[in-house]
Amino acid sequence: MTIIIWTIQLALVPILSPLFLGVLRKIKARFQNRVGANIFQPYRNLWKLFHKDEVMSEDASWIFRIAPYLIFTITIILGASIPLFSTWLSNNLLSDFLAVVYLVALSTFFLALAGIDVGSAFGGFGSSREMTLAALTEGGFIFSFLALSFLAHSTNLFFIASAVSVLPLFSFTPIVLVFISFVIIMLCETAHFPFDNPATHLELTMVHEAMILEYSGKRLALIEWAAANKFLIFLALGANMFFPWGLTAQTDAWSVVSALGIFVVKVLILTTFVAILESSIAKFRFFRLYDLLFTAFILSAMAILLIL
Amino acid sequence: MVMPVNFLCNEEKIEIIGGKLQKKIQRLFNGSLAIREVDTGSTNSCEHELTALSNPYYDVERFGISFVASPRHADMLMVTGPVTRNMREALIKTYEATPDPKIVVAVGNDAINGGIFRGSYAVLDGVDKIIPVDFQIPGDPPSPKTILCHLLKILVVIEEKDHGENK
Amino acid sequence: MLNLISAQFSFFLALLLLAIGAVGSLTFAKKDWLANLWGNGLAILASVSGLVAAVKVLIFNEAFTYTINSTFSNLSLSLAVDKLSAFFVLIISLVAFLSSIYGIGYVKHFYNKYNLGVLGFFYNIFLVGMLFVVSAHNGFFFLIVWEIMSLASYFLVIFENKENNNIKAGSLYLVMTHVGTAFIMLAFLLLYRATGSLDFSVIKANIGNASLLIKNLVFIFALIGFGTKAGIIPFHIWLPSAHPAAPTHVSALMSGVMIKTGIYMFIRLFVEILSGTELWWGATILIIGIISSLLGVLYALTEHDIKRLLAYHSIENIGIILLGLGSAMIFLSLNLKTLAALSLVAALFHTLNHATFKALLFMGAGSVISQTHTRNIEEYGGLIKFMPQTALYFLIGSLAISALPPFNGFFSEWLTFQTIFSGIQIPDILTKSMFILAAGSLAFTGGLAAACFVKAFGVTFLARPRSVAVLQARESGFFMRFSMAALALATLILGIFAGSVSKIILGAVNNLTGFQRVSGIFFTQKQTFELSNGFAAISTPMIFVILSVVLLLIYGIVKILTSKRKVKIGRTWDCGTKLEPQMEITATSFARSIVIIFKGALKPSKQLEIEYRDADMRYFPKSRNVELGIVDVYRFYFYQPLRDLMIRLSGYAKNVQIGILNVYIAYIFLILLILLFVQS
Repeated sequence: MTIIIWTIQLALVPILSPLFLGVLRKIKARFQNRVGANIFQPYRNLWKLFHKDEVMSEDASWIFRIAPYLIFTITIILGASIPLFSTWLSNNLLSDFLAVVYLVALSTFFLALAGIDVGSAFGGFGSSREMTLAALTEGGFIFSFLALSFLAHSTNLFFIASAVSVLPLFSFTPIVLVFISFVIIMLCETAHFPFDNPATHLELTMVHEAMILEYSGKRLALIEWAAANKFLIFLALGANMFFPWGLTAQTDAWSVVSALGIFVVKVLILTTFVAILESSIAKFRFFRLYDLLFTAFILSAMAILLIL
Repeated sequence: MVMPVNFLCNEEKIEIIGGKLQKKIQRLFNGSLAIREVDTGSTNSCEHELTALSNPYYDVERFGISFVASPRHADMLMVTGPVTRNMREALIKTYEATPDPKIVVAVGNDAINGGIFRGSYAVLDGVDKIIPVDFQIPGDPPSPKTILCHLLKILVVIEEKDHGENK
Repeated sequence: MLNLISAQFSFFLALLLLAIGAVGSLTFAKKDWLANLWGNGLAILASVSGLVAAVKVLIFNEAFTYTINSTFSNLSLSLAVDKLSAFFVLIISLVAFLSSIYGIGYVKHFYNKYNLGVLGFFYNIFLVGMLFVVSAHNGFFFLIVWEIMSLASYFLVIFENKENNNIKAGSLYLVMTHVGTAFIMLAFLLLYRATGSLDFSVIKANIGNASLLIKNLVFIFALIGFGTKAGIIPFHIWLPSAHPAAPTHVSALMSGVMIKTGIYMFIRLFVEILSGTELWWGATILIIGIISSLLGVLYALTEHDIKRLLAYHSIENIGIILLGLGSAMIFLSLNLKTLAALSLVAALFHTLNHATFKALLFMGAGSVISQTHTRNIEEYGGLIKFMPQTALYFLIGSLAISALPPFNGFFSEWLTFQTIFSGIQIPDILTKSMFILAAGSLAFTGGLAAACFVKAFGVTFLARPRSVAVLQARESGFFMRFSMAALALATLILGIFAGSVSKIILGAVNNLTGFQRVSGIFFTQKQTFELSNGFAAISTPMIFVILSVVLLLIYGIVKILTSKRKVKIGRTWDCGTKLEPQMEITATSFARSIVIIFKGALKPSKQLEIEYRDADMRYFPKSRNVELGIVDVYRFYFYQPLRDLMIRLSGYAKNVQIGILNVYIAYIFLILLILLFVQS
């Protein structure tokens, strides 16, 4: 049974992430009065990309070639280290939230380097914007988890999830503040509105897309898959850190299946929330974004002062 | 190869054409077709029609077709415009930047043989003089429904060619 | 065999070898290659000896003292190498060992241009000075060797004396370091006044008798004095000019080790001798740490001279070390000795880590500069194809300094975070807010440092060459590559074996008076580091292993599954235009977004000059010149007014020397009257 649970934990994020991306796009399309693509379309895109050849720039070095593998690896590792459906794996040594934050920073570092590597104007300023935003989100990211870890007296994500699920009602004010801060950080890290438009064709408005304009074939598939994984990881963190009911500690088949079902439902609700948010606001001008990120930081700091 | 402008699929509804298109794309392209549109100096009329394909009325995304920003991400290049002299090199670079397997479609009469600009000193009279063109969609400009019809016919031809090769 | 050599013997052997190296370099100055080999080679042997000494003291508990007394009780040569000093001797020896190896290859480009005997002489004297500084036990002796170290480094900074900028940088450095020394002297004089002796142990024993005012004054003077050497803001202005001016292997030593001697004396004086009794001492250091780390990294983002960029990063990392040190002092004043020990471990670990990766980065920068003959990042580009190994080592250094797993910077920042998190849990609202600010500054610093090194590494090594200077670059020589590879390996090993290293450092902290019975702070089992209150645990080797295994697995799987796909090499997608080198991202524009966001602190300036074809009509510009810069706040608001004040005061003082003999006789008469009055 252990092996089955471990396999599910490892494989859940890469398998499910394109589905939630498809759901997000479908809901956005419905808001735009269109039918929109099938929710399984991202799977088909990935499948097609793995079957295509690649064209690589002659200026690219080994960093360009290795970066997609490294970024995808990091998302798989992160997917396996966060609480998804079970708190039974809590002695996982990679679940320290600082390790999570800095692994995300490692993947952003290499993505930004890959963007500069090809020597085109798009990649360069895409990397510049991405690193600017990444530098500013670290504060809010660390602080939002810090607030929760003071509540749980541990920095292990699994312990935080168990602790939040048994909290009395009056301590929810700081958690609401932290949740708002976390949502802002999630939107920034996963390149959604108001920070970045994932469907834009205008290079001047791209942040994440600009760095991957040069990738093709299987490397593009890996990077797109990694981006979908990152989205699901952040959604799972949002769902399981702030609404941890449904995580099971038992290992029998029925609780695992029901925990998986509750997980899917929670993430679907969050996805709908992000889709509604994306359909109602516009992308902000780049120099309005740092205000948002500092707000996220300050909200979490206030929450810490309230908790302690 | 050029299709006659007036053939039967013009009578059908978009949904029916689209359904057939989706099935072909599923079989031939693993369910997703990425199109990159290249404007080599056109009057923008074809671009308007191609853009109209993504609006809520035609909504080509539901059939698995999407428009992408970079030729590196594309399977099909739709070229419009009679290829002005200044755009010649850009067109060649775009063609080389697209990974295999790729399909090149010339959209609009300008792209097929120069159209209303034919014979001018500033244009090179059609895309097939610069890069190898696989299919052509006639019209000045072709309406979105016509483009969809022709796309369907293109996929039928590709399927038959594949079957022929496999035999 | 190791048991036969005592720590004391190896330490003095190191000093002796350095002395031989210094004198020998001067005598062999005529032959460049011999001076090079003699000076650097003996430094290498001496560093090995120093390493042996440090290891023996740290691991085999062989702390030693050595005193030569003279008739004047304060003029004694007094050394005491306990575990803390040994730790710093370890850092000095390690970086000196690899810098000297690097130097053998690097100084080749000084042949026939400069006097290499002088370089070897001052290099070895510099190392002697540093070794004595971290082991001195008497205030007077300390001041002597401190001055030796500063003077030797001054001569090294102005070594390439044909460049005017180097001379100016050296003068600024000389003035600033002597200002610092003056404050240190004041602090020692106050201590002498309070306890009657300059010997550190005697001071430590009698400091309880001193009044609070004296202790506070000592703290302030020592903070300014040693802080000038360490490079805290606002006494840092010499750092960005002096570190680039020196030869690269000396910059690595100065940036990696010399500024840490200031940190060493902070720990010695504030934590051990003064026993950190006041809360506001720790708070001041914490706030200085916050300011230095944030401003250091922000200024680094504005730089496009690669060595100045690295110098500002040294200021940032000193800020991070001070965050750990400040927390330690705050915990000490609140009598939370376990937390104070943890903070000291974090600060000392970061000292070691910074020494390794800063030396690595300086060596990489030096190799690039010696090949391309320019320090301007905007002229680099595509060097990864000309210098692949240097690029790899520089990348590892960048990953380490950005605190990314699995390298050593990640672990020491993790540990510093943990100490600050413990501090946030202190009930007092003022301390709590300070620690929250500290955590915020550390979080932002980490992110901004990563952004800065994406810029530094990306613009230098990736993409296409931006100037012809790059095209003549070749891979660095064997010695330079060897030392860079060794340091890169060291960063990885220190990261993976962080648990064992923290245990050794804890041993060093336990050696300080007041910390003898502190234990049970953290557990390390098989390199898993866990805080004993169960708040956090991390396993750096596991991160490394899992990353490598999964990466290889995924690479293998994708390779096998997509083996039939072909990869074609083509041109970069440029929307069909012709890609010129000017179209690539420049370092200035990469960081400009961050500079604009932080414009309150950085005060960016923009100067636009347009020359028109027709000055009257002003329609068609002939040329445009844009200069983007930042205002040097410290020079403008702090040092310039200070300098003007000093000059004005000196002008008034000049009036005393009128030149009329009668006035001088009147002065003598006046003084005699006053003395008679005082005596009665």
